[in-house]
Amino acid sequence: MAEFIIKRVLQALLVLLVMTVLVFFGVNVIGNPVYIFASSECDQACLTKIIADLGLDRPVWEQYLVFLGNLLQGDLGNSFTHGIPALSLIFERLPATLELAFAALVLALVIGLPLGMRAGLKPEAFSSRCIMAFSMIGFSLPVFWIGLIMILVFSVQLGWMPSIGRGDTVEVFGTEFSFLTLNGLHHLAMPAFTLSLIMMAMVIRLTRAGMREVLFADYIKFARANGIRERRILSTHVMKNILIPIVTVLGMEFGGVIAFAVVVESIFSWPGVGKMLIDAIGVLDRPLIVAYLIFVVFMFVILNLLVDILYSILDPRVRLGDSPT
Amino acid sequence: MTAVLDVRDLDTSFVSPSGTIAALQGVSLTVNTGEILGLVGESGSGKSLTGFSINRLISPPGKVVGGQVLLHGQDVLTLGEEDMRQLRGRRIAMIFQDPMMTLNPVLRIETQMYDALSAHESITKTKARSRAIAALDEVGIPAPEDRLRSYPHQLSGGMRQRVAIAIALLHRPDLIIADEPTTALDVTIQGQILALVQRLCRDRGTALIWITHDLAVVAGIADRLAVMYAGRIVEIGGVDDVLDNPAHPYTRGLIDSVPARGTRGKRLNQIPGRMPALTDLPKGCAYAPRCPRATAACEAMPAIEPISDTCAVRCFHPLTGEAS
Amino acid sequence: MSLTSSVPIVAGSPRDLAKRFMSVPSAVIALAVFLGFCLLGFGAPLIAPQNPYDLRQVDILDSLLPPGSQSFTGMTYWLGTDGQGRDMLSAMLYGIRISLIVGLLSGFLALIFGTMVGLVAAYRRGWVDTLLMRIVDLQLSFPTILVALILLVILGRGVDKIIFALVVVQWAYFARTVRGVALVEGAREYVDAARGLRLGGLRILLGHILPNCLPTMLVVATMQMAMAISLEATLSFLGLGLPPTRPSLGLLIANGFDYLQSGRYWISVLPGLVLLAIIISANVLGDRLRDVLNPRL
Repeated sequence: MAEFIIKRVLQALLVLLVMTVLVFFGVNVIGNPVYIFASSECDQACLTKIIADLGLDRPVWEQYLVFLGNLLQGDLGNSFTHGIPALSLIFERLPATLELAFAALVLALVIGLPLGMRAGLKPEAFSSRCIMAFSMIGFSLPVFWIGLIMILVFSVQLGWMPSIGRGDTVEVFGTEFSFLTLNGLHHLAMPAFTLSLIMMAMVIRLTRAGMREVLFADYIKFARANGIRERRILSTHVMKNILIPIVTVLGMEFGGVIAFAVVVESIFSWPGVGKMLIDAIGVLDRPLIVAYLIFVVFMFVILNLLVDILYSILDPRVRLGDSPT
Repeated sequence: MTAVLDVRDLDTSFVSPSGTIAALQGVSLTVNTGEILGLVGESGSGKSLTGFSINRLISPPGKVVGGQVLLHGQDVLTLGEEDMRQLRGRRIAMIFQDPMMTLNPVLRIETQMYDALSAHESITKTKARSRAIAALDEVGIPAPEDRLRSYPHQLSGGMRQRVAIAIALLHRPDLIIADEPTTALDVTIQGQILALVQRLCRDRGTALIWITHDLAVVAGIADRLAVMYAGRIVEIGGVDDVLDNPAHPYTRGLIDSVPARGTRGKRLNQIPGRMPALTDLPKGCAYAPRCPRATAACEAMPAIEPISDTCAVRCFHPLTGEAS
Repeated sequence: MSLTSSVPIVAGSPRDLAKRFMSVPSAVIALAVFLGFCLLGFGAPLIAPQNPYDLRQVDILDSLLPPGSQSFTGMTYWLGTDGQGRDMLSAMLYGIRISLIVGLLSGFLALIFGTMVGLVAAYRRGWVDTLLMRIVDLQLSFPTILVALILLVILGRGVDKIIFALVVVQWAYFARTVRGVALVEGAREYVDAARGLRLGGLRILLGHILPNCLPTMLVVATMQMAMAISLEATLSFLGLGLPPTRPSLGLLIANGFDYLQSGRYWISVLPGLVLLAIIISANVLGDRLRDVLNPRL
């Protein structure tokens, strides 16, 4: 198992390195870094100073090394609008985004798994067909559209849910979490649900497909032949086999979910990194935008790595290798 | 000797919107305490289906449509789902063909054994552990305490089958149905498993139905033999009687087609033709198209008739005592 | 997606397939709806009562009128007006037009480029194949919206820029699928036969292997198109991609978002419903096509 982890970590590091090269190339060579790092009111003298400051007159490879060096020290530049290092800004807003993403993940699993199991157990039933249609719709609808309708129905028309912002927070280990307060949950519900729908649709489809495959496997017949209760068979014997592909796909898609959080945060004015990005785009706070992109890519690679490790934990065949004794 | 299992006129069919296919028709057999019944037939003859019909584990669209399955006098077919569940594993156990497919690949051996135990009795983890170790020991698995934490793919084929047998024996069932348990194993392991199962059944008086297509295997282990063809039993009797003096032409054909030592260099005997598909059964005796003894009378379905105290055959023209 | 599931063994002539397709009600409806929107979109300059981007035709005094209201000039605003006084029906027709153009064009370009890459990889094998597929895998492992976001932030707004971003996001999936089919097809006997007849490599590729890849390409193209339209709408909603002078449905929805709270739902919801219909019909279309072309799935 250790060998597997080390191999994956090295691969991840390689990908990260490649990504830094790509981002650097994109920003400093394709885009015009002067304009990216200068604010819009700069005049000629100011520009010349910036060019010298940023070392843009140096050879490209030297610039890259400086860039990489800064990166490794955690210096991603300062934000224009806030005047503080971009990275600290990101870390300040990150917990809100993570909270949203995890709440969405939890919802997707808690609602999607039972629905998918139902659809898998009795695929011809009317309820199952409804569930599948629902998953098709959840998959097709653009996220922002769902958010829109939810606001329209639940906030404007019915007035049940707040549509803006994050609720009250409680500090745990130095970080603010809002799901620990009632008001916080109230604010979290709609954005989390909106974000969860894509994952939910996927979970439903995968669970159903997994059920159809596993339910007729010999080892389930064997479990039944031993008189094991159906509930135990479903919850353990079937579930552990189904979960592996579900976790894999969810893991792969989770990165996309974080990306889609940008949209959800924008609609519901949820104060996370996504909203920060949109605002930054609006005022052309380019260092912040670049910092966000680098950070997201980094997080994404780490995420993939974690999923691979999680997968190996869940599937003992991967973890222990084939070694008949 | 009392009959543990008495199957009477079992009918099983596959019901679908496009029609009903009769897969088993009028299957009757008995198994006594401590007795091993070999159920022999080629693929598609219905032997596995018979086993599944007895413990009611047939996958839809198959279902039992007639007959009785009496376990110690009680008709299993009339039981409700929960009662049936309590029977499975505790009084009727099953061993399958491919142990890699029958043990859940993502659960440890101890979990699977614990589940099998707690399905029928409330038992603490510690007690279950000691029961499991004892069971694994009985089937000849070395160092059972270490094996418990293993996953199925870490064990060899023979070992996995032993585990499956151990699980089957956990509750000391009255009847075990073994569906081709050695077909997927190496020949040397096959012998070990055969000996093991035979010993265990003798020691406990467990009735056993050994389903196979391999006559040689069944000759070594069974007390009685039932031969199936196209969903029906065509001959049933003591194993020596049936093998030495087969009454049904099909049984004769089966025995003859097993290559024996003295036949080297000679052409192998084969029964011409193939067993008909279930959708294509001829009226009357299903074997008639391939049978050298068939006559016009064979266009009617023969009933199964005893030809001695121990043997019965379904044929209008049974063979009479011709030595091989 | 495993290799086997992406390889269609198309059973039947085109006419049989068309007949089979037409026998499924949801497929026919989806096709009709989608084609209907195509007609509306491409006919927008002819059908729309007003050109909403011609400032002379727009009256700010008519802004925020609910559906069914009348203008001073006697024109009925069937679907209301937006914050600038533009007729929603016209704006939506033009919006459909842009959304479809961007979606279809980017899909088409991605198809061409991706197919080329896939065919080359399958035909050349060896290190060319490995290199190309590594790039494809790397691209596919990133979430589409992230890649599009990065590109548009760097490149800025513009129709060409968003089409470029959408092509970048879509080509890899085409490449991988086509390569899979091409590999299987390339191993078939008719290719050996063609080689035996000394037909050139390019001719075999284009004349024999490519036509057999077409069913897969069609299915993938339909589903990608739905994704592209959805993605473009999302990006426009966020203020990236299309400039405000050429609003797609996404931008229309974004423009109307601020008015939701005050109950003027029609500015956002109506374009939203249209967008929904287009995406769902495209998805259903792709799904049914896949069923028809590959009954084993």
